Amino acid sequence: MAAIMADAEWIEIGRLEDIPPLGARTVGMPDGDIAVFRTSADEVFALKDACPHRGGPLSQGIVHGRKVTCPLHNWCIGLADGAACEPDEGHTTRYSVENRDGALFLCLVPEE
Amino acid sequence: MADKLPEQKQDLVVIGNGMAGMRTVEDLLKIRADDFNITVFGAEPYGNYNRIMLSPLLAGEKQLDEIMINSREWYDDNGITLHSGDPVEAIDRKRRIVHARSGTEVPYDRLLLATGSNPFVIPVPGNDLDGVITFRDVDDVNGMLDASKSQRKAVVIGGGLLGLEAANGLMKQGMEVTVVHLMDALMERQLDAPAAKMLQASLEARGLSFRMEAKTEAILGRKRVEGVRFAGGDQIKADLVVMAVGIKPNIELARSAGLHCERGVIVNDTMQTYDPRVYAVGECVQHRNATYGLVAPLWEQAKVCATHLAQVGSGRYEGSVTSTKLKVTGIDLFSAGDFVGDENTEDVVFQDPRRGVYKRIVLRDNKVAGAVLYGDTGDGGWYFQLMKDGTDVSEFRDRLVFGRAYAEGGDPANDAGVADLPDDTQICDCNGVCKGDIVAAIGEHDLKSVAAVGKQTKAGTSCGACQDAVAQLVEATLGEGLEAAPDKITVCECTDLSHDEVRAAIVDRHLTTTAAVREALDWREPDGCHKCRPALNYYCVASWPGEAEHEDASRFINERAHANIQKDGTYSVVPRMFGGVTNPRELRAIADVAEKYDIPTVKVTGGQRIDMLGAKKQDLPAIWRDLREQGGLVSGHAYAKALRTVKTCVGKEWCRFGVQDSTTLGVELEHLTWGSFMPHKFKMAVSGCPRNCAEASIKDFGIVCLESGYELQVGGNGGTKLRGADVLCRVKTPEEAKEYSLAFIQLYREEGHYFERTAPYIERVGLDHVKARVVDDAENRKALAERFTHSQQFAQTDPWEERSAQGVNREHYIPLKEVS
Repeated sequence: MAAIMADAEWIEIGRLEDIPPLGARTVGMPDGDIAVFRTSADEVFALKDACPHRGGPLSQGIVHGRKVTCPLHNWCIGLADGAACEPDEGHTTRYSVENRDGALFLCLVPEE
Repeated sequence: MADKLPEQKQDLVVIGNGMAGMRTVEDLLKIRADDFNITVFGAEPYGNYNRIMLSPLLAGEKQLDEIMINSREWYDDNGITLHSGDPVEAIDRKRRIVHARSGTEVPYDRLLLATGSNPFVIPVPGNDLDGVITFRDVDDVNGMLDASKSQRKAVVIGGGLLGLEAANGLMKQGMEVTVVHLMDALMERQLDAPAAKMLQASLEARGLSFRMEAKTEAILGRKRVEGVRFAGGDQIKADLVVMAVGIKPNIELARSAGLHCERGVIVNDTMQTYDPRVYAVGECVQHRNATYGLVAPLWEQAKVCATHLAQVGSGRYEGSVTSTKLKVTGIDLFSAGDFVGDENTEDVVFQDPRRGVYKRIVLRDNKVAGAVLYGDTGDGGWYFQLMKDGTDVSEFRDRLVFGRAYAEGGDPANDAGVADLPDDTQICDCNGVCKGDIVAAIGEHDLKSVAAVGKQTKAGTSCGACQDAVAQLVEATLGEGLEAAPDKITVCECTDLSHDEVRAAIVDRHLTTTAAVREALDWREPDGCHKCRPALNYYCVASWPGEAEHEDASRFINERAHANIQKDGTYSVVPRMFGGVTNPRELRAIADVAEKYDIPTVKVTGGQRIDMLGAKKQDLPAIWRDLREQGGLVSGHAYAKALRTVKTCVGKEWCRFGVQDSTTLGVELEHLTWGSFMPHKFKMAVSGCPRNCAEASIKDFGIVCLESGYELQVGGNGGTKLRGADVLCRVKTPEEAKEYSLAFIQLYREEGHYFERTAPYIERVGLDHVKARVVDDAENRKALAERFTHSQQFAQTDPWEERSAQGVNREHYIPLKEVS
């Protein structure tokens, strides 16, 4: 999917080291921020910066494994699939982000 | 159409995306999630919401997102196709296809009608004018809320349950409201005359006006409503008219499909219509000649319908016995069954006009046939249960009216509330959840909150009236569990070790980072989780002052951002005011900051500080810079598991009762202790005399000044669970008071479990343990105080200064990139 997308939909957002390990930074968008997470294994993931529960800013949560815990009510959201962990139910929109030799590129078109 | 083979999925189409239809689907999914392709059509453009919460929505006590039952994701996750805002217009029963307005056609094997009801609009001239509205859905509520912003006078036609809730909501929104009622008493279908009179008086006292025995003849106005005229010729002005006279089952679609209907769609005891492939539930049905407009019968119908659709069990719906509560905050009213009575019934009545309490129990053959309660409805559930069970009450008939605790022979003062009720007592009347179900769910799923219980069992999620009872059950059930196995509590699911074991390892094995702890102690998750990381971070820093450093990634956002996150993602800023004492310079700096950064709310806190709420995250460093440069202000650590505040009264410097200088002592204590991190937040207070105006007895460490010295108190808490502080000892000088306080804080820092306040800490270790280490052992006290003072040299740096002047963690406060 990502491969066939036009380059215009991908933007460079910074470098891997701009995001603290086990942390996140935001990319400001007109219709709400996107949170870009970095795991302890230096993987990067991007989700809409809004918990499916009450819209809490996931970028401010604690990152552990491939998950983030929302700071408002401790919902746990999977970074790879945007899905809430049981017993909670809900999804957050996912975005593709790629690490090309340390430079991070974000696709502004949400994943299906 | 040929029938499907047993292994093929059946197509279930649900017409109506309301509470009855979706409850049936939820119940069905629980039994047979994989046997049906489910398609849902709804006329309204929303997901599924809780219609009975429209009254709190109107009154401004709830928001729309709080009354949604199922989000769109829920439909997706369960593989349900939802067509919202697309009503079904025809059913072809021969070909088994439904046709929606958009042209969509969907075939079905089973069809469920849950079309609900329509509000009844009285047939008078002018009933179609602008500003005439019903009270049925979210659009109606939005219409009323809009009107309340620009219009003043509202007339609500109908003095029943719905009308009164609408009137109350509009009044809360600032309108002048007159309720027009055809009868001479309010809620005549649920209340007897005395209770109706008390209700009316109470609503009048809140500001509602009433016109009783008034028949509406016309609604006046040219384009928009201007007034209402009654039979007899009287007129009143109106900018908004709400019709809340009743509902009628919505049967148009069923009737046009040739299904047998009378007042509602006729169904049998398995909720099937005359076409056995077509089921119906909810307000649109007529069952055994009864129609229902309350929520509890809907749930009972949904359950039976779901089991029949799933072809399991042989449940039958045999009609519902209903009870009523009015959702007007502050008015307690309950009614059930036959409360009017006849020549074969007897009334037991209790009336106390001064307390505003009225109870009437109607008995037939020594069994409860009905009840009306006003003012004190705590026993409503018990009477309702007696009624449904047909219990013979002759044994305690003389005490019946005084309620369960008294009637069943116990000492009413010892009434333990819901915890004592039998397991089959219904706690949640809306969702039909019994006490036994709740207790079982708490144990089985390890539930620790009302919300968690609601999620699992639905109890308390409809009208919310039973949430207090649910909370009591959680407390009672967990209380036992916690007492039984106090030592089995692990730090989190990543380890089998307890807090004490982990801390001991950190000290013994000189572990200074959370990663080192996880590695050394064989953590199951390499990164740990949001529960253990902050705990490990605290234990490392507290055990190895000057060596271990706080790890930002392992701290809750408030401690990372050095401000309190609010529900909308903004932050609050609380500068420190030592001992609660301030001056014009500080106040001026706060005022300037509030104006410069558009701070929406400035509030005085319970700890004698000033809170600026609604600050944007990217403004925080600049706000702190201004506060420091203009006011000399530093972080108040109001966001941290740390020393929060030392609250003081003015003491003998000003107060004619003051016996010591409590203010100075408080200020000095705060200078000694600010910046110190603890297992949980820590509050102190110093009162200048035993009148205790600084409320030292509900603080973690409190000092009450005496003529002869200082009384030291520990372990008080005024929060979730009120706990008066224990008296630690009395001392003679302020120097001693300070040394004891530092020693106690250090003991708590070394022994308290992360996230454990001093109140539960003291209950865990015992007051004698604390006294032995802090009071009786002078050497140990000095050593504790010294260890505290040593650690303070690494802790007392102002995080706001570091971030606003030295650029520490600058990237935390700005986006990685802005895309326009």
